[in-house]
Amino acid sequence: MIDILTNILQTTVLYATPLILAAMGGLFSERSGVVNIGLEGLMTIGAFTAAVTTINTGSPWIGVLAAILAGIVLALPHAIASITFKADQVVSGVAINFLALGLSVYLVKYLYNSGQTPTVQKKIEALSIPGLSEIPVLGPSLFKATAFTYIAIAIVIISYIILYKTTFGMRLRAVGEHPHAAETAGVSVIQLRYIAVLISGALAAIGGACLSISIGSEFNQGTVAGQGFIALAALIFGKWKPFGTLGAATFFGFAVALSLMGQLIGLVKYVPSEVLSMAPYILTILALAGFVGRAVSPAALGKPYEKGSR
Amino acid sequence: MSQLNKQSTIVTALISIFLGIVVGAIAMQLAGYNAITAYQALFQGSLFQAFDLGETIRTTTPLILAGLSVAIAFRTGLFNIGVEGQMIIAQLSALIVGIKLNLPPGLHAIVAVLVGGIAGALWAFLPGFLKAVRGVHEVIICIMMNFIALYLSNVLIRNWLTESGADSTPKISPNASLRVDFLSEMFDHSRIHLGIVIALLMAFVMYYLLWRTKLGYELRAVGYNPYAAEYAGMNVKRNIIVSMLISGFFAGLAGAGEVLGTHGYIAIQSAFTGIGFDGIAVALLGANTPIGVIFSALLFGVLTYGSQNMEHMAQVPPELIRVVVAAIIFFVAANISGKLLDVVKTKRRAKES
Repeated sequence: MIDILTNILQTTVLYATPLILAAMGGLFSERSGVVNIGLEGLMTIGAFTAAVTTINTGSPWIGVLAAILAGIVLALPHAIASITFKADQVVSGVAINFLALGLSVYLVKYLYNSGQTPTVQKKIEALSIPGLSEIPVLGPSLFKATAFTYIAIAIVIISYIILYKTTFGMRLRAVGEHPHAAETAGVSVIQLRYIAVLISGALAAIGGACLSISIGSEFNQGTVAGQGFIALAALIFGKWKPFGTLGAATFFGFAVALSLMGQLIGLVKYVPSEVLSMAPYILTILALAGFVGRAVSPAALGKPYEKGSR
Repeated sequence: MSQLNKQSTIVTALISIFLGIVVGAIAMQLAGYNAITAYQALFQGSLFQAFDLGETIRTTTPLILAGLSVAIAFRTGLFNIGVEGQMIIAQLSALIVGIKLNLPPGLHAIVAVLVGGIAGALWAFLPGFLKAVRGVHEVIICIMMNFIALYLSNVLIRNWLTESGADSTPKISPNASLRVDFLSEMFDHSRIHLGIVIALLMAFVMYYLLWRTKLGYELRAVGYNPYAAEYAGMNVKRNIIVSMLISGFFAGLAGAGEVLGTHGYIAIQSAFTGIGFDGIAVALLGANTPIGVIFSALLFGVLTYGSQNMEHMAQVPPELIRVVVAAIIFFVAANISGKLLDVVKTKRRAKES
């Protein structure tokens, strides 16, 4: 029983990690007022770049850096289209998803003549913290995780501090709620939104890297498979707050763990694994419909900023 | 004025397509493929022979319906990104009618198509309802509903519609099939089916509904300005729900056509088909008009089906087409061509004065 519990917790943390990273990316973008449906695509490009770079350099850390760069580069057209050209942000995000999946699979086929990359040999493996990882149940899941998990938790804490304790964060939030008031106070709405969208590209890409060089060990067109959308759901379920999002992403990770472990521990005899997979989506809808606490989005979310208009 | 708008919309679309194709060509040349050969193969492989033309039309059929679905929701100011899920549920419902009922030829197909359409509409009800009543953004609910549809369909197929162990369902009764001999023979036994007739008919229905009926006028009014529409005495909430129902119905017909015409069965799916997402691009490029949707669906049909020949003849991975589509969406959404035209116009004006 203890073994099963330990195992479920470990799997939860494992699968929550990429969601936390991508959802934190979404947090920056959306708190500044730019919808980011492109998280899926940004994760995809991150997963692709990390896998290919790691295979070629032999260093997963260079892989992660390359993924961050690729995420920023891919977030740029989304920023240009939705901030400078005032395009519909959702449409632009959809285009990012098309572009990322198309380009990465195209390049994989070009580079390797096959639908997937070769196996990544040198992955980012679990790192156990001596002493702490010996704690029963909690120890193995929290202190025997991969570097990605520690990074993800650090990013949540840092995001909280940036958003609520720094001038930059206060301005970012102001831009997402009342851009005109912020502009009057001397804040550049355009500049802040650009920074926020690029940060979201970087973070989502780290989440993608986690999928291809830590949880998995290759990139193919099914590597991300909707996790960017789940991250988006976690962001909303978490009410656009760092720790709320952390909780929601962990919960979604738990649902994945349950559906995976369900087969091992015989739970699927009573509940089909698909039903377990469905649970997070149903809960998100219930949350949004107001049954589990209302989620209120940033006031200026999705609205292009027009100088001088009201 | 409206004439001018129409013209500039078409010009925007054409310039965006051209730029998208150029982006694709650059991507091919950079990777060392021959872009000219590739595009030649793409068009030859999709249009030049009866069989390929039939398959291109078959590929275009659900794209038209998905495009109409997205377009009519857009007209009411809603973004139906849930076409994918609505199609899955419709497919499943049409399939169940197709294998479990026993009806005479023709009638069976009609019932199955209608059940598919209604199932799609019902799946679209919740996002519309929550938007209207609780102000929840329809995009998020639609995304959630897509995943629920995918898993729901799989669990039903696995536990109810297949022999144990199989991962695809039995075939539908021939009575429920949308394939007809004269079409199949005309196009050299390709999988073209009556869905194309349904799709074109629905394009007309959308035109008639939106521009010739009071309901359509209200739907468009809500899309232009919900506050003004409400002030004018229209029931905005009801119109939002109705728009999503119609949108879901179109999506449902797309799904029904796929199972009753193209495949005849469904398999357990590990991922989305992408047709629903393509519908967004189709609607956008077609400027949310029925006729525009037909033509842009045809373009995407050619690109999608032709990409197979492109791979065969020029060894270019078919995913390149996704890059082209993404580029086209960016160019249309950001209205790059409009901004280019503006620059040209101001320069000309500056010269004249």
